[in-house]
Amino acid sequence: MRKYLLVVLSLLLILSVSIFAKVKIVYWQYYFETKVKAIDELIKEFQKLYPDIEVEHVTFPYESFNEKVASSVPAGTGPDVVNLYYGWIPKYVTSGYLQPLPENEFSDEYFQKNFFAFVPKGVEFMGKRYALPIAVRSLALFWNKDLFKEAGLDPQRPPRTLQELVDMAKKLTKYDKQGNIVQAGLATQPSGQGHHWIREVLTRQFGGAPYSDDYTKVTYQDVPAALKFYTDLITVHKVGYPGFMNDDITAFTSQAAAMNIDGSFRIASLKKAGINFGVAELPEYNGIKSNFASFWANGITKNATGEKLDAAIKFIKFLSSDKVMEIWLEKVGELPANPAVAQKYYNDPIYGPFLKGLEYAHATFFVDETAQRQVMMDAVDKVWLKGISPEQAFKESAQTEQAVLDKFWKSVGK
Amino acid sequence: MKLRQKKILTAYLFLLVPLTFFAFIRFYPMVSAFYISFTDWNIISPVKNFVGFSNYVKIFQDQVFRVSLLNTLKYVLYGVPSVIILSLSLALLLNNITKFQGFYRLVYVMPYITPLVATSWVWRWMYQKPPTGVINNFLNFLGLPARSFLMSTTEALPSIVATTVWIEVGYCVIIFLAGLQSIPKEYLEAAKVDGANRRQLLFRITIPLLNPVIVFLSVMEMIMFLRIFTQVYNMSDQGSGGPLNSTKPLVLYIYQKAFKSFDMGTATAATVILFLIILAITVIQLKVLNRKVQY
Repeated sequence: MRKYLLVVLSLLLILSVSIFAKVKIVYWQYYFETKVKAIDELIKEFQKLYPDIEVEHVTFPYESFNEKVASSVPAGTGPDVVNLYYGWIPKYVTSGYLQPLPENEFSDEYFQKNFFAFVPKGVEFMGKRYALPIAVRSLALFWNKDLFKEAGLDPQRPPRTLQELVDMAKKLTKYDKQGNIVQAGLATQPSGQGHHWIREVLTRQFGGAPYSDDYTKVTYQDVPAALKFYTDLITVHKVGYPGFMNDDITAFTSQAAAMNIDGSFRIASLKKAGINFGVAELPEYNGIKSNFASFWANGITKNATGEKLDAAIKFIKFLSSDKVMEIWLEKVGELPANPAVAQKYYNDPIYGPFLKGLEYAHATFFVDETAQRQVMMDAVDKVWLKGISPEQAFKESAQTEQAVLDKFWKSVGK
Repeated sequence: MKLRQKKILTAYLFLLVPLTFFAFIRFYPMVSAFYISFTDWNIISPVKNFVGFSNYVKIFQDQVFRVSLLNTLKYVLYGVPSVIILSLSLALLLNNITKFQGFYRLVYVMPYITPLVATSWVWRWMYQKPPTGVINNFLNFLGLPARSFLMSTTEALPSIVATTVWIEVGYCVIIFLAGLQSIPKEYLEAAKVDGANRRQLLFRITIPLLNPVIVFLSVMEMIMFLRIFTQVYNMSDQGSGGPLNSTKPLVLYIYQKAFKSFDMGTATAATVILFLIILAITVIQLKVLNRKVQY
């Protein structure tokens, strides 16, 4: 009798849970005010769309994000959906944290239809895909229209090729009596976006590639001309140097640099500073255009199983939908990851050049972005501070970076 | 239970709180760090594989680690004598002043009580090349060529040392002044009566009597320079310890390994090395400080 009652009770319990209880999933991201507000709004929308799903939104300071994730894994209290930098995917996967996106829900066609070409490559690791971006970032050339006018250049005509870039930068550079630069024609800051420009843009324009297709081998040392072009700006043409006015952003914002290569995330602060600036696609060379793109993406953790997994799939699909991308551009100022959405803004004078850049952009597969940025910074420093040849400097950097890559690929057993 | 036993028990009961605190907040992380230095933990992964001494072998093969270790020693070698000599001289001069002594003390202690990040950034801007840097603009004004300071592989480390010395002098001056004022006036007066000149007074009486203070400050400053981080992090491009690792100290190396490359194994191995160096210095300090000198 008692046994019977127990069975009935437990059946009732299971039944009531499946009928009345909502599926609750937890979403983690780092704290960035506009992003947090946008996600809060979007969760409301999502819950209207799927009343049986509840999303809990948790944020952490950027600095402690990885540590929080790290401590939550063994405790089993982590999120179901996590927002992470695409460059962290290998680490999260090899640590047993992310699960691959189910192929029936996220097919090749799905990616082809909804994202720029660099996205599926950027979220892929060892043949499987792990995350979906809401928005992406790319590089472009910012130029100061007032300083162009002052130097007698047409303020509506930015440089279109590398040759024009050098010529214009020279005209825009001013020196004091002792030969010190007081206004840089072009800010050169490898520690900013400069290292991306050398790696993914200049290297390709000078006829090479930064890495082998599977990112196991460093190959940029084969085109030292790319590094030479960059360091010539500093040592031969003398249009700028790393650290001028502390950094490229300060120099451009305080109108002490006439041009800069920077990311789409800088638009808002430049507008706020009241600079009369224009944005152009990165100058081409040899008829080759290239760009660097990066993004934060939403991945599903191993915590999510069964109903939670279904809810998580719906949630990340919702976050990467056309409508959300449009909201994201307006509220957060990041570029849509979907070419069809991007097309609508192609004629925008500010966003247009960034969006066009996405068509031919590459998202570098970073295994340790800080270390990989450092080798590029060092290559430039060796040339302009130590007088080492670009060939030698690039070779040494490639060796150091190869060791970083080898260590990573060894650790994942490839 | 006797009263005495009760008293002891009560004492231990109260001591339990700080003891627990020390055990969990101080010693547990320390022991844990030792353990991690023998594993390949990457901060995210739930598994920590035991790898023996391979992290230690790895860091000593790492050229950047060797450079950082050397840089750390340079910070100590350049910094500690400069701080001690400069602050002792200043304290001796200040000790002679009777008017506005409080004001001068305040002036010298100001850099020390200002947040380190703020002073680092102010100096970073002062070291800039023209047209931004104050120092270079002054050199320019005198018709001298601009210096690279933080942008040079040879000048960057001494530039950071100079800033740190400027900060630390304030603290040391205050301690030296306290030490000077504890020297009994009778000794100096008696020596004067015996016909000692100022030089003899200084080297035969003041400095020997100040010895414990000098030793104490040298050790404190040595540990401070061994652990230098904030200045370098804020005064080099993107906290890299550059240009070309020329300013990178051990602590910055540890930080980058741990929280940029997520290589906790090598980071903690380097921490253990630093710990051993500081431990050695502390042991020497205790030996030297406990030596009783009678004059």
